[in-house]
Amino acid sequence: MNAVAPMTDERPVEQAMPAAKTPILEMRGISQIFPGVKALDGVSLSLHPGQVTALIGENGAGKSTLVKILTGIYRPNEGEILIDGEPVSFSSAQAAIDAGVTAIHQETVLFDELTVGENIFLGHAPRTRIGTIDWRAINDRSQVLLRQLESEIDPTIRLRDLSIAQRHLVAIARALSVEARIVIMDEPTAALSRKEIDDLFRIVEGLKRKGKAILFISHKFDEVYEIAENFSVFRDGRAVGHGRLKDTPQDEIVRLMVGRNVEDVFPKVKVEIGAPVLTVERYCHPTEFRDISFELRRGEILGIYGLIGAGRSELCQSLFGVTRPSSGRLTLDGAPLDIRSSGDAIGAGIVYVPEERGRHGLALPMPIFQNMSLPSLGKTSRSGFLKAANELALARKYAERLDLRAAALSVPVGTLSGGNQQKVVIGKWLATQPKVIILDEPTKGIDIGSKAAVHGFIGELAAEGLSIIMVSSELPEILGMSDRVMVMREGLMAGIFERDRLSAEVLVRAATGNQ
Amino acid sequence: MKSLLKNREILLTGIIALMVAGFSTRAAGFATPANLANIFNDTSILIILALGQMTVILTKSIDLSVAANLAFTGMAVAMTNAAYPELPLILLIVMAIGIGAFLGAINGYLVWALQIPPIVVTLGTLTIYRGMAFVLSGGGWVNAHQMAPSFLTIPRLAVLGLPVLSWIAILIVIGAWFVLTRLPFGRAAFASGGNPTAAVYAGIDIGRTRFFAFVLSGALAGLSGYLWVSRYAVAYVDIAAGFELDTVAACVIGGISIAGGIGSVAGAVLGALFLGVIKNALPVIGISPFAQMAISGVVIVLAVVFNARAEKKAGRIILRDRAAPENKTEGASA
Repeated sequence: MNAVAPMTDERPVEQAMPAAKTPILEMRGISQIFPGVKALDGVSLSLHPGQVTALIGENGAGKSTLVKILTGIYRPNEGEILIDGEPVSFSSAQAAIDAGVTAIHQETVLFDELTVGENIFLGHAPRTRIGTIDWRAINDRSQVLLRQLESEIDPTIRLRDLSIAQRHLVAIARALSVEARIVIMDEPTAALSRKEIDDLFRIVEGLKRKGKAILFISHKFDEVYEIAENFSVFRDGRAVGHGRLKDTPQDEIVRLMVGRNVEDVFPKVKVEIGAPVLTVERYCHPTEFRDISFELRRGEILGIYGLIGAGRSELCQSLFGVTRPSSGRLTLDGAPLDIRSSGDAIGAGIVYVPEERGRHGLALPMPIFQNMSLPSLGKTSRSGFLKAANELALARKYAERLDLRAAALSVPVGTLSGGNQQKVVIGKWLATQPKVIILDEPTKGIDIGSKAAVHGFIGELAAEGLSIIMVSSELPEILGMSDRVMVMREGLMAGIFERDRLSAEVLVRAATGNQ
Repeated sequence: MKSLLKNREILLTGIIALMVAGFSTRAAGFATPANLANIFNDTSILIILALGQMTVILTKSIDLSVAANLAFTGMAVAMTNAAYPELPLILLIVMAIGIGAFLGAINGYLVWALQIPPIVVTLGTLTIYRGMAFVLSGGGWVNAHQMAPSFLTIPRLAVLGLPVLSWIAILIVIGAWFVLTRLPFGRAAFASGGNPTAAVYAGIDIGRTRFFAFVLSGALAGLSGYLWVSRYAVAYVDIAAGFELDTVAACVIGGISIAGGIGSVAGAVLGALFLGVIKNALPVIGISPFAQMAISGVVIVLAVVFNARAEKKAGRIILRDRAAPENKTEGASA
């Protein structure tokens, strides 16, 4: 049998899993369509008893959408799910649990103030004959479940007193308490130490022996190879390859994961790179990052790549004064810079276009022009009074430049489409006439057409002499747009790579720590 | 969707007009200019307080201490007036505004520096301020005969056909409109409530904005303290008990979103007038005093329901992109 199914850009190939056992769960041709986005496009996946299947893909490849379908949170637009060969349809999260599917999330969804036993049996607590909650049964059965996991956690203590690893154990015990046959583990090792990971993997081995089918989602290749038998790679909402891990070299999986000809999509504008504008020296944060040093030059696009939780956004937010670093030095145009608030940063010419434009970027009930002028009120006001005419003129200028489509500049921003909202955010920051612009996931969640426009525009800004820091989890975007790329891993700098040395493999290895 | 707020304000004006017309069929003379001016004068203090409350609510906060602030300040100026009748009235008014602003600043400081939720802070200071009024007065009353004539008469003086009290309310309406639409502080208030995170990213100090909103609300409550005591010609601990809820109700009826960031001066004024008309009409058309409170309550709840529905409509459009999974049958947004 072929180790890796051929990669196609049409429909994903039919599953050809080892025929030894029939799959417990099979997904066929699943599509999930959101307005403007096809999150999953005809994917198929099967899970077999006693085996771990690793689900691999970049951020935005559709992994979490798949998990949400399997746990009954989304209902797919197309395709079918079969359990033991019988088609099922999950009308609610409870229906998925009843069918034997349970998920252990990245950040375990448990209740700090409840006891271990309550957490395990929440929602399906054993009852006494008169219908009250049977506490003795809860605690006894919790103890039995935890012992199966080789743990002596006391079921009567509160969850908040447990370590993160122990919480994972509780989450797994909860999964066992509902007699789940299919266990989804969504990046379960993200917050664990090596020893805790070893403990977790022993438990996973135990679950395998009990015949559970496990879907294991992780970015870390070494772990995937250690624990999983099968893999399935997702890219852009499609299943692009699957097979047995022991027959597949890691390079092959990285190639499947990235698999695009970057140069074709991002015609890089040649820009003369000038003198250093912003210098960051040994920047540290109490909890999120340490020892970050880099230089940003005029007209340069510096990409920052890393996995979620690597500290990229936190770094940018501290450069923008939203959080304070614990130590480190900043220099702007050769002069030392002390940023204590976002107001200071804007004043110095550093602006930040946040990742979630709805949550961080725009006041949705306010009109377009007021959103655009918000950080520039000092410039549009006259002797302390707001001047609506100036604000409108400013907004009109940037709306034209960004080709903003809106009925009028006085309509609330909330009425615009995602791409146009993004333009308002960018326009609002350009209006402050910054020297350095920090873009956090600039094209996340916007449609393909708007994406290209945003990319083109970022290139133009660099050509005008702005210095740009672009945080992105999308490899093609990072590879296509950046002059240099800084990779972060677990709050540390994993390396800075010049454009001529850039490749997807190099970045993924640096970001995952897999040398 | 044209501006929903504009529609709401026109609608509210229409409803108030209908109510006045309806009541005048039951009580002759209800719709005469003199009676309407009278209603406006009666509602003046509520209008002033509602504008302060509105500024606070815009920043995603709430000020439950306004009525207690009013009681304390009212007691303080009444006692000062009784003890030193020769002090000029303008000094007493400045004093009222100053005390009120100081009490508001205490609220604002606790919300800003200690990051305590505004509802908790002002529930606490509501009791404290009223307790202070009790301590100050020893539970005693200040009656009309103890007050200087100017203290009592000036708000009643008719200027161009309207009492000074009404003129003060009109000036404050204009002032509030100016502050909220023409000063950066007003814009900061809308932005802080509309999206606190975005406001921070735009360089706005949310804590400071809230602080000044509370100071403004406190100053207006202090001014109302004098106006109230003068109007009813008596000061005691329990004046305006529960009136803070009327100010919140006026805001909610007027379309000021309790979640912050949405609202207008016209809305708050209309909301206050709506309550004023009802309060004036119910006794006139012979509704039993026992039923009056219940009827006012029902009307307030209806207004809130109406308001919530309107907000939901706006919400669906706002959320079209972000909450895509919830309405997956909708087409792509343009």
